Amino acid sequence: MKTKILLAILAVVMVGLIAVPWIASYFYIFIFTEILILGLFAASFNLVFGYTGMLSFGHAAFFGIGSYAMALVLIHLEWPFLVSLLASMGAAALLALVIGFFCVRLNEVYFAMLTLAFGMMVFAIAYQWRSVTNGSDGLAGFSLGSFGFGLDLTLGNPAVYYHVVLTIVAIASAVLYVICRSSFGMILRAIRQNPERVSFAGLNVRTYRLVAFVIAGAFAGLAGGLIAPFLRVASPELLHWSMSAEPILMAILGGTGYFLGPFAGAAVFVLLETWITSFTESWMLVLGIILALMVIFFRKGLLGTILDWWMEVKK
Amino acid sequence: MIHPILTISNLTKRFGGNTAVSGINLDVLPKETIAIIGPNGAGKTTFYNMVSGRMQPSEGNIVLDGKDITGLPPHKISRLGVSRSFQINNIFPEMTVQENVEVVLSAFHGHGRKLFNIASRNTGIQQEAVVLLKRLGIDSLKSQRAEVISYGDKRLLEIAMVLATQPKLVLLDEPTAGMTPDETRRTTRLVKSLAESGDYTFLITEHDMDVVFGLADRILVMHRGEKLFAGTPEEVKNHPEVRRAYLGEEDDDVIEETSA
Repeated sequence: MKTKILLAILAVVMVGLIAVPWIASYFYIFIFTEILILGLFAASFNLVFGYTGMLSFGHAAFFGIGSYAMALVLIHLEWPFLVSLLASMGAAALLALVIGFFCVRLNEVYFAMLTLAFGMMVFAIAYQWRSVTNGSDGLAGFSLGSFGFGLDLTLGNPAVYYHVVLTIVAIASAVLYVICRSSFGMILRAIRQNPERVSFAGLNVRTYRLVAFVIAGAFAGLAGGLIAPFLRVASPELLHWSMSAEPILMAILGGTGYFLGPFAGAAVFVLLETWITSFTESWMLVLGIILALMVIFFRKGLLGTILDWWMEVKK
Repeated sequence: MIHPILTISNLTKRFGGNTAVSGINLDVLPKETIAIIGPNGAGKTTFYNMVSGRMQPSEGNIVLDGKDITGLPPHKISRLGVSRSFQINNIFPEMTVQENVEVVLSAFHGHGRKLFNIASRNTGIQQEAVVLLKRLGIDSLKSQRAEVISYGDKRLLEIAMVLATQPKLVLLDEPTAGMTPDETRRTTRLVKSLAESGDYTFLITEHDMDVVFGLADRILVMHRGEKLFAGTPEEVKNHPEVRRAYLGEEDDDVIEETSA
């Protein structure tokens, strides 16, 4: 019964999201495109954080390299959009494999510090390797060619691009959700709660952490591949360590215990930022207060708190 | 001639200048139950930690079924058929009792590599988990979160998880520690029935002498990291040095001194 009600609510939200270009202003098409992309970014981060229990401070590296891969492919190779997205995922997965190889050996604060260090290195490379990345200006001026599959879509139209993003994010989230609910996902949750017990059950915990890290990196790269055409630029800010903080904030805001928590967090984050910055410059102060309150009083995040409360009430 | 399932020779562990385990030799025959006793600090847990891969031995060899497993990491030793429990409860607190066993079963059957199945519909694993929980008499708790069940039930859940990998050799580290007398009796009966089923070979450390004498075919007495004596329960009961060092009937000072 409860599951059915939740599915119904989810269906209503989906219909609402599909209808955004017809019911909302032009401005909100952009806002919702950003929410979806950052939501996928945060959800990919949560596979590592909420499910496997590793706090990464370098997740923007994969988001950023995804956006650079998209820009480079569009500029130099002019591949169809869908194929370029695969390139974004592939590049991010490869980078995650290299960074993860070193990081998953370490625990907790050392893991966090090493991911931060790698994130800074990737930023420095993007910032200084001017011949490829165009330095601080980033890569702009790429044009979106065909979509792929022989579909004739005007990707430059924000409403069309919004629907493309919605479709891809929905499919990617479904895949990510299945991974979270799979036997592999169950092992990841077990690793978060008690890694030692998992190794005494015969599994190499490092390997599982690394696979989770690479999958999360690939989906962050996909989100990055979607953001570059949206922003019309792939710039070093997307790789900056402050960008790595965003999925952490979003996951905690929305709740790390539920799959959709990071999406809820992304929505709250982007909408609040939009509304609050329109009448005050102290957005960071407001965000800080909200985060402090969440962490002190609502540890399970917005969606987590609501769902847990609702589950209790309906019993 | 029966070949031992586990052969330990000259097993030694030093921490800096301290020798926690010193030159232990032991042959474990298939299907037998060996108890390892000794006061706190005698080196029992360090001994277990080396056999299960949690610690690297400083010296000596551990051979399981003809294969040298000395110094291998825990997951490899587990794969080769050694499964252990811990003195402190070592479970997945936020999962249900059944899921706790399912995690170990999934690991054992290689299902951890399945990325696109739905774990909650993995009926083979679920049925196997319920069978194990029934064997331990805690199947009625299967839907409870593991952190909320009683201490004694947690210890039984741990034994279910230990058995889930179908081990050749089971190491139980003080399975009845902290249990009520009632739970202790229940657990002893249970381990005895498992041992008598002939499916398992057990190494058990235990402080409760009733449990030890009720279960063990042979007993290894450790004292300050060394083997003090090994023999049948009868021999151990009547061995003067053992009585003095561990059973404490003649000289309590030794226990005081080593139990810190």
